[in-house]
Amino acid sequence: MLEIRGLTASINDKSILKGIDLVVPQGEVHALMGPNGSGKSTLGYVLSGREDYEVTAGTVTFNGVNLLDMEPEERAAAGVFLAFQAPVELPGVNNANFLRTALNALRRAHGEAELDAVQFLKLARAETKRLAMPDDMLKRNVNVGFSGGEKKRNEVLQMAILRPKLAILDETDSGLDIDALKVVADGVNALRGPDFSALVITHHQRLLDHLVPNRVHVLAHGRIVRSGGPELAKELEKSGYAGLLAEAA
Amino acid sequence: MSTGAAGFLERYAGLIGQLPGDSALRAAAAAAFRASGLPGGTQQRRIEAWKYTSLRSVAEINFRRESAPHHEAETILAGLPLLDAPRVVFVDGALRADLSVMPATGFARFAEQPDFGTLSWPDREPMVALNTMLAADGAAFHVPPGHDGGVVQLVSVAAGDADCHPRHSIRLGKGAKLTLVEISGGQGTYLLNTVAEIHVAPGAHLTHVRLQDEAVTAFHVSTTYADVEAGGTYDSFTLNIGSRLSRTEVHAQLTGKGAIAHLNAAQILAGSQHADFTTVVGHAAPGCTSRQTVKNVLAGRSRGVFQGKIEVARDAQKTDGYQMNQALLLSPDAEVDSKPELEIFADDVKCSHGATVGELDAEQLFYLRSRGIPDAEARSTLVRAFLAEALDQVADNTIRGLLEAAVEQWWERQKA
Repeated sequence: MLEIRGLTASINDKSILKGIDLVVPQGEVHALMGPNGSGKSTLGYVLSGREDYEVTAGTVTFNGVNLLDMEPEERAAAGVFLAFQAPVELPGVNNANFLRTALNALRRAHGEAELDAVQFLKLARAETKRLAMPDDMLKRNVNVGFSGGEKKRNEVLQMAILRPKLAILDETDSGLDIDALKVVADGVNALRGPDFSALVITHHQRLLDHLVPNRVHVLAHGRIVRSGGPELAKELEKSGYAGLLAEAA
Repeated sequence: MSTGAAGFLERYAGLIGQLPGDSALRAAAAAAFRASGLPGGTQQRRIEAWKYTSLRSVAEINFRRESAPHHEAETILAGLPLLDAPRVVFVDGALRADLSVMPATGFARFAEQPDFGTLSWPDREPMVALNTMLAADGAAFHVPPGHDGGVVQLVSVAAGDADCHPRHSIRLGKGAKLTLVEISGGQGTYLLNTVAEIHVAPGAHLTHVRLQDEAVTAFHVSTTYADVEAGGTYDSFTLNIGSRLSRTEVHAQLTGKGAIAHLNAAQILAGSQHADFTTVVGHAAPGCTSRQTVKNVLAGRSRGVFQGKIEVARDAQKTDGYQMNQALLLSPDAEVDSKPELEIFADDVKCSHGATVGELDAEQLFYLRSRGIPDAEARSTLVRAFLAEALDQVADNTIRGLLEAAVEQWWERQKA
C-alpha cells in the first residue's frame, strides 16, 4: 500500500506540491488527472527519488517503509517503478544490457541469483513477443533514435521485465495511437494482482477504457481536489477541469 | 652522468659512428636538439606546440642507470591484449625475433636498413630531433602495389627502465591495404620516444590502431608523419590509457585529390596522469576529407589535452574538415585543455570544430538508478557508454574487442 500524507515539495524554492494526501491500497490501480502544471509529474519524481526536488513536509510510506529516506535504487528494489513521461536516451548503452543490469541489480538486492546473458535474453524475448514489440528493440541503444511511441513501449517493456510492486505511469499514453495505447494498458493489466498497484497519470479517458481504475483523483495547484470512481474521469472528459477548479477555489 | 637534454647529448657524443644510417642527419638533429632542449625542460624556452605539456619531469630522470631494476619482458608481453596475427616485438627498443611472429613479407628493421624518411622535421620538433639523434632500431613495413598486407601488430615492451627512440616506416604502394595495430606497454620508469613515417600511395588504405598502455610511471612520446595521396585513406584510432605523461602527435598531409584522414582518439586517465593528443592536418589538395573525434574521460587529478590544427591550402577547394573534442570530467580536480585551430586559405570549404566538457548527465544517472542500478554502477555504465561511442569508430570487430578488453583492464585497475 502506498500512503502519502501531507506531502509538500518544491524545486528551486518554488513550491509545487502543497499538501498531498493519497492512499493507493495494494492490488488497486488509481488514475491521477489534472490540468498541466498541477504537479502530477513532480509527484511521480518525488516518489521515485529524483534529487532536484526537495521534500519540505509530509510522509510517504510504501508497504510500511519510509520511501523518502531511500535512494532511487533502493526505492526500485522496494518495488517502485516510474515510467517516464520523457524517457531518457542513453547513447552507447545497449537496451538489452541496460535491462539485464537493472534486473540483476534488483535480483541482487532481493538476494536472488543473477541471470546470465542467455537466460536474460530468453526472458526478454518472451516479453517483447507478448507485448508485440520488434526484437531489434533490445539490440538498439536505450531510446536512441526511438520514435515517441517506441520510447513509451520501451518503458512498458522495462516494467514488464522488472515487475514492480508499484508502477507510476507518467502520461505513458500521451501521443500514442490506439494500438500503442493498448500495449500500455495490456502491460499494466498483465501485472495486475494482489501484490501490484499503480498510479496512472493521464489526461485521457481513452486509456482508462482499457485500464479501468479503482479510483480517480484530480490534482490541481499541488493538492488533490477531488477523488471518485471511474465515472469521475468520464465526467471530466465532458466538462473539463474549469468547473472543478472554481469549486475548489 | 647528466640527466635531461645534456644527458641525451652526452650519450649521443659517445655513440657517434656506431649508430646506423646517415651520420650527417644525426649530427644536424643533435644540433637542433642542443638548441631546443626538452620541451618545458631546463632551458625554459616556450614552444607554442607544447603549450599544455611539459617534459620537465623527463629531464629530471636518469634513464639507463646501472642499478636499474629489470622486469620480465615475457611477463609484460603476456599481460598485453594481443590479436592472433603476425607481431613484431621490440623490447627496450630492440627487435626480439624470439618473441615475434614475423609477417611473411615486407618487413625490414631499421638497425639493418636505416630509413629516416623524408617527412620529419627535427629542426622544428625537439622530440623528433632527439629520436633522429639516438634512433637505433625500428620497423619498416612495405606493402607492394595492389597487395593486401592483412593485419600486423607492432608491439613495444619496456622492461629495462631505459629511454628508447624507435624509428618506424610504413609504406603502402598504389591500391595496397594494411591494418597496423600498435601496442605498447611496460614496467618501471622509462621513456618511449617513437617517430613513425607513413606513406599512403594513391588508392591505398591504411588502418592504424594504437593502444598505449604504458606503466603509469612511464613517459610516452610518439610523433607520426603521414602523407596521403589521391584517393588514399589513413584511418587511425589511438587509445591512450597508460603513462604518467603521454604526447601523441600526428602530422597528416593530404596531398592528392580525394584523400581521407581519420585521426580519432580516446584518452582515459586517472590519478595524476597527463595525456596530450596533438594533430596537424594539412589539406593540400582539393576534395579531401579529415575527421577527428577525440574523447577524454578524466578522473582524479588527471589532465587531458587536445590540440588540433587544420590547415587548408589555397588550392584545396571542397575541403571537408571536422573536429570534435569531448571530455567527461569525473572529478572536480580533473582538467581538460582544448585548442582547435583552423587556418583556411581556400574559399569553398566545409570546416567545423566543436568541444564539449561535462560531468555525467544527472537525468541519465537518475534514469538508471530509478531502475534499481546502484549509483556507482550507474556511473560506470555511463562512462563505458561514452567510451563505447568513441570505440565505435574502430570498424573491425576483433580490433575493437581488443581495445574494449584494454578498457576493461583499466577499469579493473581503478577498482583495485
